[in-house]
Amino acid sequence: MNRRYFLRDVLRGATALGLGGVFAGLIRRVKASGTVWQIDPWKCTRCGRCATECVLEQSAVKCVHSFEMCGYCKLCTGYFEPQPNKLNTAAENQLCPTGAIYRTFVEDPYYEYRINEPLCVGCAKCVAGCTMFGNGSLHLQIRHDRCVHCNECSIARACPADAIQRVPAAQPYKFKSRGDAHD
Amino acid sequence: MIELLADQRFPPPEFTETGHRLPGFTIALPRGPWLERLDIIVLVAALSLAAWLVLRQRSRRGLVALGIFSVLYFGFWKKGCICSIGSIQNMAQGLADSSVGVPLTVLAFGLIPLVFALVVGRVFCSAVCPHGALQDLMLMKPVKVPAWLEHGLGLIPYTYLGLAMIFAATGGGYIICQYDPFVTIFRLSGSVLMVSSGIGLLVLGMFIGRPYCRFACPYGALLGLASKVSKWRARITPDTCTQCRLCEQSCPFGALNKSTVDAPSRTVRTDKHLLAVIILLLPVLICAGVWGGGAAGKSLARKHRVVSLAERVYLEETGKAQGTTDESAAFRVTGAPVEGLYAEARAVRDRYVTASRLCGGWIALVAGLKLIALAVRRKRDDYETDETRCVACARCFKSCPQELQRLGLPVPEGARLAPPP
Repeated sequence: MNRRYFLRDVLRGATALGLGGVFAGLIRRVKASGTVWQIDPWKCTRCGRCATECVLEQSAVKCVHSFEMCGYCKLCTGYFEPQPNKLNTAAENQLCPTGAIYRTFVEDPYYEYRINEPLCVGCAKCVAGCTMFGNGSLHLQIRHDRCVHCNECSIARACPADAIQRVPAAQPYKFKSRGDAHD
Repeated sequence: MIELLADQRFPPPEFTETGHRLPGFTIALPRGPWLERLDIIVLVAALSLAAWLVLRQRSRRGLVALGIFSVLYFGFWKKGCICSIGSIQNMAQGLADSSVGVPLTVLAFGLIPLVFALVVGRVFCSAVCPHGALQDLMLMKPVKVPAWLEHGLGLIPYTYLGLAMIFAATGGGYIICQYDPFVTIFRLSGSVLMVSSGIGLLVLGMFIGRPYCRFACPYGALLGLASKVSKWRARITPDTCTQCRLCEQSCPFGALNKSTVDAPSRTVRTDKHLLAVIILLLPVLICAGVWGGGAAGKSLARKHRVVSLAERVYLEETGKAQGTTDESAAFRVTGAPVEGLYAEARAVRDRYVTASRLCGGWIALVAGLKLIALAVRRKRDDYETDETRCVACARCFKSCPQELQRLGLPVPEGARLAPPP
């Protein structure tokens, strides 16, 4: 019996040492502020999977608008169907399937486009339209009041462009801005 | 490229008439880091409480209450994430790839339950793990699983652990999280397959105690190994075992080892020839495992995004596939050279083959050691909880007449009691 207890003590010590080694090896990788998931909008290819792959019933990904990049166009290709009947706010002319973008007249000929976030499902249809013919001022971001911080983001797993990465929690967003350098 | 041009195409207008000012972004901040620290504190507190309830209080009722708390807090409130089971994947990836960061909560959730298991056994499984606690609460009418099936299925967690480590260490994704059956229940959403397997496992768990813990959980396998050499663990009797056999049927998880005092001597003797054959076969088994792992590595690698992308791009380049997928289109947009992608895919595949060989060897080693453990018949003087399999649920305690006497409860008639010290 003594031999067995001795062996057990030795093995326990060895396991504890091993766990200590793992801890020592990994503690240096811990970022002080913690990390959160975020989309790099410059990598995003607007495939639409953000709307369906999130573990939440309604995705944590929402469309956001960089007003400083927006052209305030009257014919916004992120807002209107490709061939709209008329350039008005009627539902059949809108690209957004949930009518989450609303536009307000500012001054001739400029309109401002805003996102009604509770309606947005993150499908990226408007982002595709805006980026194809416009400035790409509409883009997707993960909203941190909704994101549940899964250990492995299930949208990141499905993202064809590998655009979703962990970012420092101190800078939790990657908004597009006018002066962004990218290639 | 298009975006750059577009950027210069329409500058935002200057609103001279109305003086309209451009709105900014609305920012919703993530929860503060102190809340993550709080989770670690709750984990340590729950583990300490569970250890106290199992070893000192010997209270099943207390464990049930703690289990309900864990299901509500770590399960439904935290939506089942971060969990200790999944955290071992971050650790494997962190150890294999020095560029990968590991969150502090993940490190704490991965290591602290293992440290506790080294000291007091699997108290994490008993009532702190929301998966374990949920299944434990669901158990209604336990059916005994035959020993051969129990031992056979008991090898699955080690296999699953090995596979999960391959995928995590090579950057191929976290399969434990992907195929977690209960997280869909905690989130109240998920794919049809995972929701139905979660509900199916819970229904099965009404009759077969803790099916996920016993026959799937890779973290439970690690905790079992740690618990094997633990300093203390749950004991059936509070003081002396009198071989009264009243506890024999009390464990619904097949984690109770019978005493061999009353057993016929031939069932206790180890068959030395059989043991020698198994020990000699062990290296052969491990070689076969390594070989099999190497063979499986290439097909496992095809699950990795870089490898599947490279295969797709190769098909497109050689004209064997028409059009593009989302993935290959995204790759074309970057303008990166195809050769670079191929080289990266080859490197990933080589890593998979190496990891897969190790995993094959590991599975063979576990299977071999299991055979050896089955061949060695040990004498036992007492009825004891199994070192690796006992999840410290405290169900067996009150079947022991010594315990009933200690609590001042009526002892069944004719039960053997130890003479008072």
